[in-house]
Amino acid sequence: MTNHWIDLKNADVILIMGSNAAENHPISFKWVTEAQKNGATLINVDPRFTRTSSKADIYASLRSGTDIAFLGGMIKYILDNKLYHEEYMLNYTNASFIVGKGFGFKDGLFTGYDEKKRGYDQSQWAFEMDDKGVPKKDPTLKNPRCVLNLLKKHYERYTTKLVSSVTGTPEADLLKVYKAYGATGKPDKAATIMYAMGWTQHTVGVQNIRSMCMIQLLLGNMGVAGGGVNALRGESNVQGSTDHGLLFHILPGYLPTPSASIPSLAVYNEKNTPKSNDPRSANWWQNRPKYVVSLLKSYFGDKATAENEFGYGWLPKLDDGKAYSWLDIFDTMYNGKIRGFFSWGQNPACSGANSNKTRQAMAKLDWMVNVNLFDNETGSFWRGPGMNPAEIKTEVFMLPACVSVEKEGSISNSGRWMQWRYEGPKPMGNSRPDGDIILELGLRLKELYAGGGAFPDAILNLKWDYLTNHKYDPHKVAKEINGYWLVDKKIGDVTYKAGSLVAPGFALLQADGSTSCGNWVYCGSYTDKGNMSARRGQEDAPNNIGLYPTFAWAWPVNRRIIYNRASCDPKGQPYNPNRWVVKWDAEGKKWVGDVPDGPWPPPQNPDGSPNEAGRYAFIMTKEGFGQIYGPGLKDGPFPEHYEPLECPIEKNLVNGQRMSPVAPVYGTDADAHMTCDPRFPYVGTTYRVSEHWQSGLMTRPQPWLLELQPQMFVEMSEELAAMRGIKNGERVLVASARGEVKCTAIVTKRFKPFKIGGAVIHEVGIPWHFGWRWPESGEEESANLLTPSTGDPNTRIPESKAFMVNVTKL
Amino acid sequence: MDVSRRKFIQISGAAAAGVAVSHLGFDLRPVKAHAQMLKTQYAKETTTICCYCGVGCGAIVHTSRRGDGRVINIEGDPEHVINRGALCSKGSALKQLTENTNRLTEPMYRAPGAKEWKQVSWDWALDQIARRVKETRDANFELKNEKGQTVNRTTAIASVGSAAMDNEECWLYQALLRAMGLVYVEHQARI
Repeated sequence: MTNHWIDLKNADVILIMGSNAAENHPISFKWVTEAQKNGATLINVDPRFTRTSSKADIYASLRSGTDIAFLGGMIKYILDNKLYHEEYMLNYTNASFIVGKGFGFKDGLFTGYDEKKRGYDQSQWAFEMDDKGVPKKDPTLKNPRCVLNLLKKHYERYTTKLVSSVTGTPEADLLKVYKAYGATGKPDKAATIMYAMGWTQHTVGVQNIRSMCMIQLLLGNMGVAGGGVNALRGESNVQGSTDHGLLFHILPGYLPTPSASIPSLAVYNEKNTPKSNDPRSANWWQNRPKYVVSLLKSYFGDKATAENEFGYGWLPKLDDGKAYSWLDIFDTMYNGKIRGFFSWGQNPACSGANSNKTRQAMAKLDWMVNVNLFDNETGSFWRGPGMNPAEIKTEVFMLPACVSVEKEGSISNSGRWMQWRYEGPKPMGNSRPDGDIILELGLRLKELYAGGGAFPDAILNLKWDYLTNHKYDPHKVAKEINGYWLVDKKIGDVTYKAGSLVAPGFALLQADGSTSCGNWVYCGSYTDKGNMSARRGQEDAPNNIGLYPTFAWAWPVNRRIIYNRASCDPKGQPYNPNRWVVKWDAEGKKWVGDVPDGPWPPPQNPDGSPNEAGRYAFIMTKEGFGQIYGPGLKDGPFPEHYEPLECPIEKNLVNGQRMSPVAPVYGTDADAHMTCDPRFPYVGTTYRVSEHWQSGLMTRPQPWLLELQPQMFVEMSEELAAMRGIKNGERVLVASARGEVKCTAIVTKRFKPFKIGGAVIHEVGIPWHFGWRWPESGEEESANLLTPSTGDPNTRIPESKAFMVNVTKL
Repeated sequence: MDVSRRKFIQISGAAAAGVAVSHLGFDLRPVKAHAQMLKTQYAKETTTICCYCGVGCGAIVHTSRRGDGRVINIEGDPEHVINRGALCSKGSALKQLTENTNRLTEPMYRAPGAKEWKQVSWDWALDQIARRVKETRDANFELKNEKGQTVNRTTAIASVGSAAMDNEECWLYQALLRAMGLVYVEHQARI
C-alpha cells in the first residue's frame, strides 16, 4: 500500500476491483464504511456479486481476465472528457515527456519484439533526450510524441462498445463507473483502489495494476489522503517477507540479486545505480551502494572488508535472463533436477498453480524439510491421493513450528506498519520458533563446514551471533536489521558512536563499511530510543487524518503516505486543505504533517519564482516523475488487453495477439492447456472465503471454522445450472486440462452469464482453501489442481484467476 | 498496558446484566462483576497481531499463570488503532489455532519408501538435515556456470517460505539460504 488501512476513510471514491475486501480483509471495511458515512461512493467490479458488492453504491461485473480492457476504457473516458488534474499531471507525471522515435505499436505488438525469445528489446521505448541527457518535455502537450498524446492514441480503440464486448460488462455500467471515478480528478477530491490477487494472478498481472496507477496519476490521486494504490496483502507478513528478500530476484530492501555477468561489487553498483542528469531529480536509488555495502557488512561482519569487496563474491549469482521463480522451481523439480527442498511455513502441494505437477515433482526429490504448525498436504504428499508410498524415495523431515502467540517478533502489515508481538504461552509440546530452528541449522552447518566442503567461506563467514542464553533472540536480529555504526563517525556537528544504532534513518548509511544495516528500508525501526514497532501511541498527527504516527512504525522512516509531497501544489500548499498530508512552513523552512518524502523545499517559492533547491516528488523513479509511460516492463510501456492462456474466445477482440506475447509457457506433460476447446467451455476462477485462509492449513484443522465452511464448492449461475441439469447442493465434478476436483454446487444469482463478442459465456468460481489432509474425510481437494503453470512475464506470478473448466454431475 | 477502557466495558456490561435480574430480590451486580473479572485476573496479558491477512489487527492474549500455562482467551484489542477491538471470523478463532490438538508437537521423519511417520528427536532431525544439505550442496556446487562466469551457487536445493514468519526470522532465513548458495529462493509473495 502507498497509503494505509485507516486512510481509506479519507476517500471520496473507493474502487474495489480484483479483491473482495468485505470477505477477505473484513476489518478493512471498518474504514470503507467510515468513508461511506462521510459520503464516499463505493464501486465494486467483480465477476461475481460478493458481499463487497452488496455494500457498494455501484456494482459492475466483468469476465475474469479482462481488467485492462475495463480500465483502458476508463483511461479513454478520462482523456476524452478532460477529467484529469492537469497541473498535477504536468508537475508530477511524465505526461509531457517526449518518447523516442523507436516506440511504436501495431497489431498487439510493441516495437522490438523477438518471436523466438518471446521478449522485447525495451531500449526501443526510451525517451528522447536533450543535450544534457535529460528527457525532453513539452509542457504545452502539443508534441504528437509526448506521453499524453501517445496515451490518447493507444486507448482510442478502447470504446465502451468494444470494452463491453470483451468484458461482458453492460455499457451503462461501464459509464457509471467511469463517471464516478473520473470525478475525482478535481484537486480537492481523492479516490483509492483496493486490489488483491484478483489483479495479480494473471499473465497481465503487473499491467492490470499499472493501468490503475496511470489512472491515479492522471487524476492526481497519488500521495494524497484517501488516494494511492493499495494492495491488500493476503498474509500477515507477506509485506515483511518481501521487504526482507525471501525471493530469488531481490536481496533485503529491494536490492537486485547479483547475476553472473556482474563479477564485482564495483560492476554491481555501476549497473544497478541509476544516474540522472537532471539536478532536480532526487533519484533516491543513487544511494544504492550505501545500502548494499551496509547489507554485506550485516551478512559477514568483520569478514567483510573493502579489500574483499565486503564479501560480494560469497553471494550466489543468477544466470542472466533466467528466472528462478516458483513456477521454475517446480518445473525444474518435475524434470528431476532439484534434489533437496525446504518447504518452510508454506503448503505448495495446495497453494501453487498446477498442484498435480507440484506433487509429482516432490516425488522426485531425495529429501524434503517441511516446517509447519500442522501436518499438511506437502509434508505428507507421499501418502496423498494417487500416490504409492512404496515407490516414493523422498525422505521427509517434518518439524513442528510454534504459533505466533508463542514467540516474540515483528510483522509488517499491508500499510507497511511494522508491529511487535509478544510471547503469551510457551511453545506447545516440542514445537519451536522458526527463528530457533533456522539459527540451529546454521550453527550445525558451520560446524560441518569447519571440517571442509564445497566453497565453505560463505557459510563460515556468515555472521551468526543472534543467540541470548542459547536461544534465538529476536531483539538482536531486529537491531541488526535496523543497523548500527561500526566506527565513531562525525557527520556535520554530530558524532555517531561505534555500536550505537543508526537513527533516525537510512540517510546516514555509508558505502565505506562504517555502517552495518540488514535492511535499509527498516533503518530507524529499532533505535537507542527503543523498539519503535512496539509503540502504542493513541494520538493522531496535527492534520488529523488518521496517521497515528506514534502507533507502531511504518517504513520508510515512519512515513505513512508515500510520495506525500505530491499532495501539494508547487508552492508546497495542499491541494485539499481539509485533508492535508504535508505542507510547507515557509517561515520555519520545513514540512509539517506526515514525514515528508524528502526534506527539500517545494519547487516554487511563495511568490511563484522557482526554487532550485526543490526536488521532484516521485523520488524513487530515476527522472522523479510518476510514470504514465513505463518503459521498464517486459510487456510494454502501456498496458494492452490480452486474453488469458486459456480463454473462451478464438480471437482477441482488441488486437491481433490472442495472449500476452511474452508470458512464460511451460512444456512438460503436466502442462496441458486448452483454449476454445468444447471439453472445457466455462471460464473458471478461484477465490477465498472469510472463514478460511490461503491453502486452509491454518484454518481447516480448527473446529469452528471448518464447521462454518466445511467443504469445497463451486458457484454457478442459475442459467448454467439449468443447462447442465445441476441442482443446488449436488456434488459435481469441476475439471480442467490438468486435473479435477469434486465440489458441492451452489446455484446462485451471484454469477450471471456474460455476453462476449456476441456469444454467451458462463463463468464458475471455486474457493482454493481445501486439501485432502484436513478435513479428515480426504474428500475436499485443492482448486489449484485445475490452475495452469503460466504467469506474468514480469513477476511470474501464476495465472490462477482465469482458466477454462467443465462442470459435470457426479 | 493500560486496560481501563476494556475493563470499563466489561464492568458496565456486567452492571447492566445485574440490574436486569435484580427483581430476584438481591443485587447480583458484585457477583456478576467478579465472575467477569475471573477470566483474566490470574492471567498473563500480552498483545499480539493477528497471523492471518495483511490488515494487521491487534488482539489480546490471556495466558494462564497457573496449571498448564496455556491460552485462556484471545480477543480483539480495543486500543489497536486499526481494528479497535473488532476481529473477523478467523481472528476470533485464534485461540483454536493455538490450543489445537491437531498441531504438530514433535519432529517426525519419513524414510524412503516408508508408509508411516516416525517420531524423532530435534537433535537427530537437525543433525540429519544439516548432513543432507552438505551432501547435496557439496555434490552439486557450481563455482562457474556454462559460460565460465563465477556463480558460487547450488541449484540442487530449493526453498519456499515464508510470509508466515516474523520479520526477524525472514531476515535470518534469507541470510542462511544465501550463505548456502541457494538461488531457488521463493515464498508466498510470488503466488
